[in-house]
Amino acid sequence: MNNFEYKQATDTKDAIDLLSHSPEAAFVAGGTNIIDLWKYNLTNPSSLIDINHLHENAEISMLENGKTRLGAAVKNADTAYHPLIGQKYPLLSKAILAGASAQIRNMASNGGNLLQRTRCYYFYDPDVPCNKRNPGSGCPAKAGYNRIHAILGTSEACIAVFPSDMCIALAALEATVNISGPNGERNIPFSQFHRLPGDRPDLDNTLEPGEIITSIDLPEEGFADNYSYLKLRDRHSYAFALVSVATALKLNGNIIESARIALGGVAHKPWRNVEAEEFLKNKEANAENFSAAADIILRDAKGFGYNDFKIALSRKAIIRNGLMALNPTSQLPGAQPSA
Amino acid sequence: MTKTTLTVNQQRYELNLLPWVSLLDALRDHLKLTGTKKGCDHGQCGACTIICDGKRILSCLTLAVMKNDSEITTIEGIAGDESLHPIQQAFIDHDAFQCGYCTPGQICSAIGMLQEGHAHTREEVQELMSGNLCRCGANIGIIDAIMQVKDGGTHE
Repeated sequence: MNNFEYKQATDTKDAIDLLSHSPEAAFVAGGTNIIDLWKYNLTNPSSLIDINHLHENAEISMLENGKTRLGAAVKNADTAYHPLIGQKYPLLSKAILAGASAQIRNMASNGGNLLQRTRCYYFYDPDVPCNKRNPGSGCPAKAGYNRIHAILGTSEACIAVFPSDMCIALAALEATVNISGPNGERNIPFSQFHRLPGDRPDLDNTLEPGEIITSIDLPEEGFADNYSYLKLRDRHSYAFALVSVATALKLNGNIIESARIALGGVAHKPWRNVEAEEFLKNKEANAENFSAAADIILRDAKGFGYNDFKIALSRKAIIRNGLMALNPTSQLPGAQPSA
Repeated sequence: MTKTTLTVNQQRYELNLLPWVSLLDALRDHLKLTGTKKGCDHGQCGACTIICDGKRILSCLTLAVMKNDSEITTIEGIAGDESLHPIQQAFIDHDAFQCGYCTPGQICSAIGMLQEGHAHTREEVQELMSGNLCRCGANIGIIDAIMQVKDGGTHE
């Protein structure tokens, strides 16, 4: 563990200025990931810049165009329990409440949730090679104990998974990430925010150095009538997903007008497959069609031994969650499978 | 060193802290409030749970310097002068501990959960208490104790 300085930013511009003056610094909001990483000697910031006082990023608000803006500094719990989110975007509430523990959700910020790092055991062990932690050193997970690892979008360099639940719902809802940086403001569609490992697994996302997430926008369509988040894991609560599925449907009777399916626990980013979603259009919402969609999603899935089970588990989870989305009231606390 | 004012159990403490001192270490080592326990020190066990500005948080993953303006309540601050907090009494009534190491975190977490007001059923209480591990396996007693206070409406 190295020593660091502590600085408090007063607003977004101040935060960007402070970071530009010390490039080895990092932002801290909830601290639930970065302080843990620092304790494990996996990150060595010269300073931590406290961004908890950026009041302009601390609200949830409805925008004039029907969109909803989630401030980056708003806590995960406050987001999940916000009446507007519960009513209009219940899929997001469910996904957030399936993640971590109540204490961590009270601490963790929305922006930080997007930036949390993988929980790959090899990444967390500084004594072994890891291309994400130490580029070019190798990936012991591929031939190692890879039960929690990716089955989709892997590369020679990395088979780590992105651990968020919240982001799986944000992917299904097609959120947009708003960013400020030394060169001004920009936004990134959620599908392009996180990246696949390729030959640069050290890069989790497409944020440029010096940039800060200020908010996340949700489109007007919240799929509040037919949605479900299913999270399958080794214990019933407070564990990362082995496989999770966010399903959002727009139905006309029993016919699917539009479908969104995003998977967690299976790739280096929230996993969507537009071809499968297109296939479901104008089809009946039943197990057979969800199964055919699962075939499309998992067509190129590849196991590494201990995680082979995730392919069959994902297929079942996609089907099960499609059926659960037909009756959202059947969902149990913690995104458990309904009886 | 960073000048830090911590308000713990309604008492103000002026401290000079290194920026990397966790709130947990500040409570235990600087203020000698050792009721809050260090279990894993990595946010996985909940033993260090305290209540900060009305919300339960993990003091091991919190820097003390970040809580300058906050109101902190620890296990030492929950009882009345002469009486136990209802959750403390309920833990005794239901044998909700064995070794007791997780108990301060369990009790602070339970009080925080009842204040937050999102737990309605036993299943929801279990789900919302999952951040506090009990390696002795007293969980059934813990949930029973919380349900008694919740249903009795005697919590604050």
